[in-house]
Amino acid sequence: MKDRRTTQRRIWSRLVQIAFLAALLLLWFLAANVWGVSRILLPNPADVWNQLIDIVASGAFIPDLRVTLGELAVAFAISMSLGVCIGYLISRSRYLVKVFEPLLAAIYAIPIILFLPLYVLLLGLGPNSKIALGATISFFPIVLSTIAGFGYVDRTLQTAARSMGASDLQLFRHVLLPAALPVMLAGLRMGFTVALLSVIASETIASFAGLGHRIVDLAENMDTARMFAYIVFVIAIVAFLNAVVSKLEGRAQWR
Amino acid sequence: MTSAQPAIGVHGVSHRFGEAGAARHVQALLDTSLDVARGELHCLIGPSGCGKSTLLSIMGGLIAPTAGTVTVSGKPVRGPMPRDLAFVFQESALFPWNTVSENIVLGMTFQGVAKAERRHRAHRALEAVGMLDFAEHYPGQLSGGMRQRAALARALSLETDILLMDEPFGALDEQTRMVLGEDLSVLLSRSKKTIVFVTHSLGEAVFLADRVAVFSARPGSIKQIIAVDEPHPRKPSFMTAPKFHALRDQLYGLLHDEIRKAMTESSQPRRRYDQAGAADADGDRA
Repeated sequence: MKDRRTTQRRIWSRLVQIAFLAALLLLWFLAANVWGVSRILLPNPADVWNQLIDIVASGAFIPDLRVTLGELAVAFAISMSLGVCIGYLISRSRYLVKVFEPLLAAIYAIPIILFLPLYVLLLGLGPNSKIALGATISFFPIVLSTIAGFGYVDRTLQTAARSMGASDLQLFRHVLLPAALPVMLAGLRMGFTVALLSVIASETIASFAGLGHRIVDLAENMDTARMFAYIVFVIAIVAFLNAVVSKLEGRAQWR
Repeated sequence: MTSAQPAIGVHGVSHRFGEAGAARHVQALLDTSLDVARGELHCLIGPSGCGKSTLLSIMGGLIAPTAGTVTVSGKPVRGPMPRDLAFVFQESALFPWNTVSENIVLGMTFQGVAKAERRHRAHRALEAVGMLDFAEHYPGQLSGGMRQRAALARALSLETDILLMDEPFGALDEQTRMVLGEDLSVLLSRSKKTIVFVTHSLGEAVFLADRVAVFSARPGSIKQIIAVDEPHPRKPSFMTAPKFHALRDQLYGLLHDEIRKAMTESSQPRRRYDQAGAADADGDRA
């Protein structure tokens, strides 16, 4: 009985969400076709759809997607390995946690995108400056969650393991790691998301290639229909990647 | 190995948290000596912060005392002795990401039990505490009393001669701790284990113990040892016997002044930090 009511309620909220998106599309259609907003500012949804089909079918997106995902992969690999290693080492000493945790949290709070001009100056307009920015931004949630995960493992559990004769390696494998993992995975997911955002954002500011670069390029050429189509394409890619990462995180959690 | 040799010998043990003379140092134990005989259940009781849990940790090699020595079966204690003694803590200290049976098997893995033997021993330990039906439950799915049973099963599976129990029923409600106490008494009469049991509860101490060591307020040392001459397993009817009440009253008489002393001490503002620090180190989560 109660189950059926919650299912019904869930179906209703889904319907409202879909109706809301449909209404937005309708407004867009009306604005472009009936109210006569300029095509340069607001393309016809049908044109955008056709462009999207063309982008996907022709494979025109492949070089840009490759650049963006390549930058993301390298940036995330760097921030993950550095963040997890440094975070673990800091978490081993109460003193280091006390010194570095507030310091890292404070740096995390400043808008790190401000470093982009510096990175471009140092590393050029190519992928390296995007990688550096993505790695810098995603390092902080990863290192902080690793410190939080390993640094605050229940003392009683550690004492219990020791009293039963656990070696250092066994303590790590069976106590510290499973205790830290849920917190750490949340940080890794967040790190992945901000790395993706910052890589695309920095491509729109200064670059030669990548999805962000393509969108800016199309805007500058007033090819707004194709630009909108690329925006939709990027949104779909980002949603897909985030869903995959969330799925992976959910799988690794213990209840 | 002579039967006269105590299971645990504590000789002139003192323990201090922090450096002597430092603003926040605490003298938790002062020159404490105690012999725990083989096969007895020895309770340690005293006001909070008196160092009884610290003494238990020292017996188990989890803390090195600042002075004095401890021997287990004649061997000096220098660190954890997983083959000689097993702990049961106030909070169950079960690993929440493992099921009950995985927890028990993991304990034996740490101790170094041969792989082939672990399943069989886990089964026997679960049977002993009446938890076979809950082997595949996670600790989070169990009540507090069931968690402590599972923790006891884990300790039993290690098949040590000695069990050290640090307020194992302290976080449970009155009825649950009474039932678990009865079960423990039955278990003890069967297994011939030596058990050291830290408790706050006068009734629990009299009901379970063969001997009760009463601690003085900090710096803790043993004020008196009282024998409870009653065979195990003990029935609930023992709790209504005149002997039970006489012993309980005697214990209360001994503890009364020490509890007052401990309370006035902890209400002095400067000492409050010490109290909290000592309670933490003591394993008391108040």
